[in-house]
Amino acid sequence: MINFVLLISRQGKVRLTKWYSPYTQKERTKVIRELSGLILTRGPKLCNFVEWRGYKVVYRRYASLYFCMCIDADDNELEVLEIIHHFVEILDRYFGSVCELDLIFNFHKAYYILDEILIAGELQESSKKNVARLIAAQDSLVEAAKEEASSISNIIAQATK
Amino acid sequence: MDTVEKIVEDFASDIAMSPFSSGTRLRDMIRAIRACKTAAEERAVVRRECAAIRTAISENEPELRHRNMAKLMFIHMLGYPTHFAQMECLKLIAAAGYPEKRVGYLGLMLLLDERQEVLMLVTNSLKQDLNHPNQFIVGLALCALGNICSAEMARDLSPEVERLMRSREVNTKKKAALCSIRIVRKVPDLAENFMALAASLLKEKHHGVLISAIQLCTELCKASKDALEYLRKNCIEGLVRILRDVSNSSYAPEYDVSGIADPFLHIRVLKLMRILGQGDADCSEYMNDILAQVATKTESNKNAGNAILYECVQTIMGIEATSGLRVLAINILGRFLSNRDNNIRYVALNMLMRAIAVDVLAVQRHRTTILECVKDADASIRKRALELVFLLVNDTNVEPLTKELIDYLSIADPDFKGDLTAKICSIVEKFSQEKLWYLDQMIKVLSLAGNHVKDDVCHALIVVLSNASELQGYSVRSLYKALQAYGKQGSLVRVAVWCIGEYGEMLVNNVGMLDGEEPVTVTESGAVDAVEIALNCHSADATTGAMCLVALLKLSSRFPSTSERVKQIVARNKENVVLELQQRSIEFSSIIQRHQSIRSSLLERMPVLDEASYLVKRATATQATISADKLAPTVAPGGLKLPNGVAKPTSAPLADLLDLSSDGAPASTTTSTTTSNGFLQDLLGIGGVSTATTGVPSIASTDILMDLLSIGSSPSQNGTPGQAESKPVHAVPEAIDLLGSLSSTTSVSAETKPTHLVSQDMDLLDGLSSSTSVSGLEKTVHPSITAFQSATLKITFDFKRQPGNPRETTIHATFTNLTSSTYTDFIFQAAVPKFIQLKLDPASGNTVPANGNGSVTQGLNVTNNQQGQKPLAMRIRMSYKVNGEDRLEQGQVSNFPSGL
Repeated sequence: MINFVLLISRQGKVRLTKWYSPYTQKERTKVIRELSGLILTRGPKLCNFVEWRGYKVVYRRYASLYFCMCIDADDNELEVLEIIHHFVEILDRYFGSVCELDLIFNFHKAYYILDEILIAGELQESSKKNVARLIAAQDSLVEAAKEEASSISNIIAQATK
Repeated sequence: MDTVEKIVEDFASDIAMSPFSSGTRLRDMIRAIRACKTAAEERAVVRRECAAIRTAISENEPELRHRNMAKLMFIHMLGYPTHFAQMECLKLIAAAGYPEKRVGYLGLMLLLDERQEVLMLVTNSLKQDLNHPNQFIVGLALCALGNICSAEMARDLSPEVERLMRSREVNTKKKAALCSIRIVRKVPDLAENFMALAASLLKEKHHGVLISAIQLCTELCKASKDALEYLRKNCIEGLVRILRDVSNSSYAPEYDVSGIADPFLHIRVLKLMRILGQGDADCSEYMNDILAQVATKTESNKNAGNAILYECVQTIMGIEATSGLRVLAINILGRFLSNRDNNIRYVALNMLMRAIAVDVLAVQRHRTTILECVKDADASIRKRALELVFLLVNDTNVEPLTKELIDYLSIADPDFKGDLTAKICSIVEKFSQEKLWYLDQMIKVLSLAGNHVKDDVCHALIVVLSNASELQGYSVRSLYKALQAYGKQGSLVRVAVWCIGEYGEMLVNNVGMLDGEEPVTVTESGAVDAVEIALNCHSADATTGAMCLVALLKLSSRFPSTSERVKQIVARNKENVVLELQQRSIEFSSIIQRHQSIRSSLLERMPVLDEASYLVKRATATQATISADKLAPTVAPGGLKLPNGVAKPTSAPLADLLDLSSDGAPASTTTSTTTSNGFLQDLLGIGGVSTATTGVPSIASTDILMDLLSIGSSPSQNGTPGQAESKPVHAVPEAIDLLGSLSSTTSVSAETKPTHLVSQDMDLLDGLSSSTSVSGLEKTVHPSITAFQSATLKITFDFKRQPGNPRETTIHATFTNLTSSTYTDFIFQAAVPKFIQLKLDPASGNTVPANGNGSVTQGLNVTNNQQGQKPLAMRIRMSYKVNGEDRLEQGQVSNFPSGL
């Protein structure tokens, strides 16, 4: 299973964290610090796996961002690389060539997307299209609620005229 | 009017709950935080925001709740405390609208985890949402439950999740299946409830549902044996079908990953197959064909294909596969190992670890490649390869492999040296077949990476050294040479200094040279120099410092000529800030200055360390798997009970006992005594036989024998006058005084000590019960003992019972000179309490050669008239001349085996 997902920038700033195993706040900070030190210092040609505390951390760099997933020792590392790529492609389609700034200002969207891909640290959906569809449907639900609210505010505005 | 409209519009946009669209304050806050130049500035911004949010919370403004939650999540991600907002999550979840719930659940998953009490409060809202008609709201609740539920919530909400797995919505079904994984992880008892549902989901077409269901099955198999059996029966066909369909499917754009249809589904099926096929031949056979197909047909030029192959090989290794399939898997491994991509090489090494259990020979074939991987630039690959090499080592390849690893040690990455050193030490300890090789390798490792060698490894080395008396000279010289070349390696310095302290004279006099060893010329002061340099270079390390001081003190006694210099060096530490060193310095100075008389006996060589008990202690402490047989072939099992001798701690560890008994020395004693005896002895010998109480088979059971012996005690008095006469032959008049004084002292000690001695002797027999029982009924063989040992002289006693007379024992004493100078005019004298009769045979010579190159032997005949009541005891005195100078040593022997 995937124990946690981390997005860390080249500078070591945390962009997204998702914990599927219980870690206290203190432990989380420590884990992030340790892994940033381990991963950000690795050269470009080296393999994408780091052994850490009996687990394996699979990471992949996209531009300035490192996507890291911590898995159990007997999980398939190569598959996790594909899961990371799967996630990135979906983000890319959603934001339209995603960049770090998208993930900073719309961090909640990244979380929503991740929640459609992973639950309980296990893979939920292998079709990018399905994920996109589900996210779009939920976004439109929010939009609809917004519309409704603004139509109410229009009525209020009309009434106060 | 305009302004009013503006205000209304602002208000409208606020309640339009678009905290994340542009122009609202979440965006502004993120901008403000990103604009901060220093951490202090950032803290100020966050503090201000948090204060505003707290106010909003206390004023209970529902309109701002979702926006505040979004901000808090961002603040939380930066690492600031946000616990004050936990209740806000619950309020948002309890709200009616979807947007609030969406933010609320996200906040719940981010800000809380399963251990927080607050989480319990959300159970009811979750239950309501799980029953909501809107599938997206159900989805939110399932996602939250699957990611953070506690065991208690899992129990409470499990029925809802079960129901949702039967839903018509695929989206709900797959989420419910994944949620069940978490539930089963938290409460394994619930596994049975899900088995049938999970198996039925495998009939679906939707990949998301299939993937979720397969993962749930995998989890169920781990949680419950019943579920495993159930799924073996019910879903193996379904799995094979799923795998066949997906691997045969034509191009499917929705699931395509670099030309392969849904690698994720492939991999999950293969993983579940591994669990179902493990230890089940029928299941395994059923999978054979499809596994062969996947293994041969999957493209291996892209990561996705390799990921499938990797999983497939693992499954083939895990199940009861046919040999043909195994060959296929091993071939894939070989291809992986020679791949240029580091990721593929890494997983190849990983797989080889598992393949070892199946086919060691196939893995051994790749040994050279694996060894190359130990030297890779990539730390992850190095680590994996090193673990693999460790598993590949066996008795035949240990020497070349160790050589390779040690050669690499000198150029290895500093970060890697620690791991590498630990592994080499472990290999060397585990597989060494001879001590010389072990010592050589350890000295090399200490020289190259002494700073990485753990203390317990050094300790083990010293224990081995102290037992290998024939290699001590060689070792101390090798260590001295290494110390000269690699004086910066902490552990090397410690081991070397210890050895120089203990075996300094072997260093200076080249004692015990091995064939082909190059002699070193070290003067006495040279040895002191070496320790002094070590003391100066490693003054920061208190342990090394302390060991240096002890070594110096020992050298001052070994080499009296250096005594004055040692005194000065030791005195320098009198004001050391480390208490330990200061104390040693002061105490040692006073030993050197004022206690010349006792110094030599105080600083005798360390008694031989008990190898077996140390190994056991270490094994239990570190759980290291060091085989005691390999390291210490001379140590018998059960030897651990043996105490180190009560009266004289320096005598008789078990290793010595066994070394000697294996020489066959006891057998030769009889002949030497009978042939070299004078007529007096013959007389006595006859007397001895005549007094024999016939045919007592076992002497160990003293209680029964007591009666028998008391009957036979009177005739044995006959021999007394003859024996009394025999004494003056060797004993100088003093010996009689000795004897006189002894009788009074031993009578006292015999009364206070018996329990002590008996218990010790019992242990002795316990430890050796196997050997004594073998020796048969006719004569009981007693193990030999080290009767006396000092820095200069060692005496061992071998025993032989006279077959006719159980109370009479022939002792064969062997004297060994431990120094480098020959002893002349050697005379051994012995005195016994009155209840014992003693007769000394002439010694085999009166010159004891130096360095243990030969020894003098002497026979003693002892009759214990109170056998069974009182143990044997003896006082001994040795006088000899060294370079014309008189020497005298004396001691008491009270560690005789029981029953003599």
